[in-house]
Amino acid sequence: MSDTAVKSPAPAPPAPPAKRDRTRLIKALLWIALLVVLLAIPLYLDAAWLKAGQYMMIGGVGAIGLTLLVGQAGQLSLAHAFFLLAGATGYTVLSGPAEDERVFGLGLDPGLSLVGAVAIAALLGLAFAPVSGRLRGIYLGVASLSLVFLGLYLGQSAETLTGGTSTGRTPQPFSLFGFPFTNDGPEIALMGVPIRQAERTWYLFLLLTVLAYVIARAAVSSRIGRSWRAVRDNEAAASVMGVNVTRAKAGAFAVSSAYAGLAGAMTVLWFDILKPDESEFGTYGINISIAFLAMVIIGGLGSVPGALVGALIVNGLPQVLSLYSADLGWFSGTGDGALTPILVSSFVYGAAIILVVLFEPGGLAAIGRRITPSKKRHLPEEQGK
Amino acid sequence: MNTFLQLVVNGLGKGAVFALLALGFVIIFKATEVVNFAHGSLVLFGGYLVVVTRESLGWAGASLVGIVSAGLLALLLERLLLSRSRHADANSLALLTIGVDVIITEEIVRRLGVTLPFLGDAWDAQPFQIGGITLFRTHLVALLVAAVLITAFTLAFKYSNWGVAMRAQAENREAAALMGIRSSRVTATAWVVAGVLAGVAVLFIATQDFSGAGLSRGTHSIALAAFPAAILGGLDSTAGAVVGGLVVGLVEALSAQYVSFDFSKSAVFLVMLVVLVVRPSGLFGTRESTRV
Repeated sequence: MSDTAVKSPAPAPPAPPAKRDRTRLIKALLWIALLVVLLAIPLYLDAAWLKAGQYMMIGGVGAIGLTLLVGQAGQLSLAHAFFLLAGATGYTVLSGPAEDERVFGLGLDPGLSLVGAVAIAALLGLAFAPVSGRLRGIYLGVASLSLVFLGLYLGQSAETLTGGTSTGRTPQPFSLFGFPFTNDGPEIALMGVPIRQAERTWYLFLLLTVLAYVIARAAVSSRIGRSWRAVRDNEAAASVMGVNVTRAKAGAFAVSSAYAGLAGAMTVLWFDILKPDESEFGTYGINISIAFLAMVIIGGLGSVPGALVGALIVNGLPQVLSLYSADLGWFSGTGDGALTPILVSSFVYGAAIILVVLFEPGGLAAIGRRITPSKKRHLPEEQGK
Repeated sequence: MNTFLQLVVNGLGKGAVFALLALGFVIIFKATEVVNFAHGSLVLFGGYLVVVTRESLGWAGASLVGIVSAGLLALLLERLLLSRSRHADANSLALLTIGVDVIITEEIVRRLGVTLPFLGDAWDAQPFQIGGITLFRTHLVALLVAAVLITAFTLAFKYSNWGVAMRAQAENREAAALMGIRSSRVTATAWVVAGVLAGVAVLFIATQDFSGAGLSRGTHSIALAAFPAAILGGLDSTAGAVVGGLVVGLVEALSAQYVSFDFSKSAVFLVMLVVLVVRPSGLFGTRESTRV
């Protein structure tokens, strides 16, 4: 029998470099194809659909930030909506006209204000470090919830900044180096399609989302990401290995808040109004924190591409449903007990959370990994839990 | 001084209701280490059934139906969803309850629509005066009911077979199972008890005196204020839940009067934050320690 054993094929050698290069090439081509499609979309879809797509990108940016915090660094946070509000207010205040009597503004350049809004959110996240560093798990989750309530109160009471709950305030339209992302300014046309506010904002949001994605991927595969995962898996072991646990936790919170701040600034540009909530359920309320958590869970905790897919589902569904409803005559009911697109998508993502936890704790990312075999499998540390 | 006394009494009345809710969190956490984010929807569900059955059964009958059905819903959740995913860790089960909460809450809020019914028919009478203090009946009844229920629970927890099994399981799940304690039964009863407490609590929450609003999304968010109560006391301490509930009630009542009504919601959470920074596992919670 021994000679048959010798003859039997040896265990498959590691994929030859040529093959690995080919998979890499295919992957790169797929990414380029996706980017081309995303770049071409404004030429073919009308403004309403672009608006819907922009909303999904807002969700994507926020969800990437949360997946880094919850999935990679292992810190449960329900505070995402607060940092969204911080970014939204930050952008509006920094760019707001300085001579307005009712509300406070600094009159800065909108591009600079966007950066400033992200920085403000990151600093606020860092300021939460004394709390976030000491707590973990559910205790941290509920502690972070307090920020949402604080945001609700500040939004109501700091009227010179937020414009108050009754009227809110209008943000300065975005412009970059003097180029406006509105219908003003130079007339541009691509292949006969005028590039106006909807198209310009689409490209702006696409750029921001791609930047957010690339930075997050880089962070995950760098030593920063490794230290986050070490802290997530075992704080004591991480500190023994030389990871500064306090710093890693604070850093993860700050980075995640920065992402939420960017998403908040995008939100205020999307709505074209900054309007703080009247109750804890609103644009910056608990429901939003939970929606972001849903994106992250559905996508697969810790997976950056998964977060994007989760955002596509959670933020995209209500938008797409309401666009289709006009065509199909759905959701025509009004008044008591009417089904709205938002309600239906809440049901869907609520159910999706349950199904994911019950049947596929790795989320959509795990399903994706299963159907596309790749060398990533051998690096379990890079996958979310 | 009279205002202060009045606030204290009213705060304690509210706090008693928060204590009932917080006790629910703690019982479930002790038995299963799962934090039940769906507690608010249990509250809404109980209240909704009271509203639906009140016409035909009257207040008392409907309340009974509401309490029992909140308990049954909790049992259903545990049996159908949580017990089926033993392999999942407690944190992902907590996330699962968020999914459950979203669905139940949205559906009940949709069914309620714009009608926001009050539940406290049986005692929603005029406030009355004792020695210059205005008292609301709801708060007094709540204090009384909570005192009875919490005492009964504490006694059962200490002396009954169920309580012993429960404490054994909380101490060490595997050892308890080896000693012949049926862990699934302990878990199931823990959820039922928590659901029943939520069903009782809603009778007080959706009243004129307590929240000034009927059954609505707001009821759910009041139930959420029991979260800080449970965390502040320490998630694995039943006594902590009671203390936490009373603290939350007092903080809310006093800050609404002396600072502003808008601030009172966040005041509760701020107090919790301060407590957590000083004692990361709450006032009475077990401290986690790591051995290297």
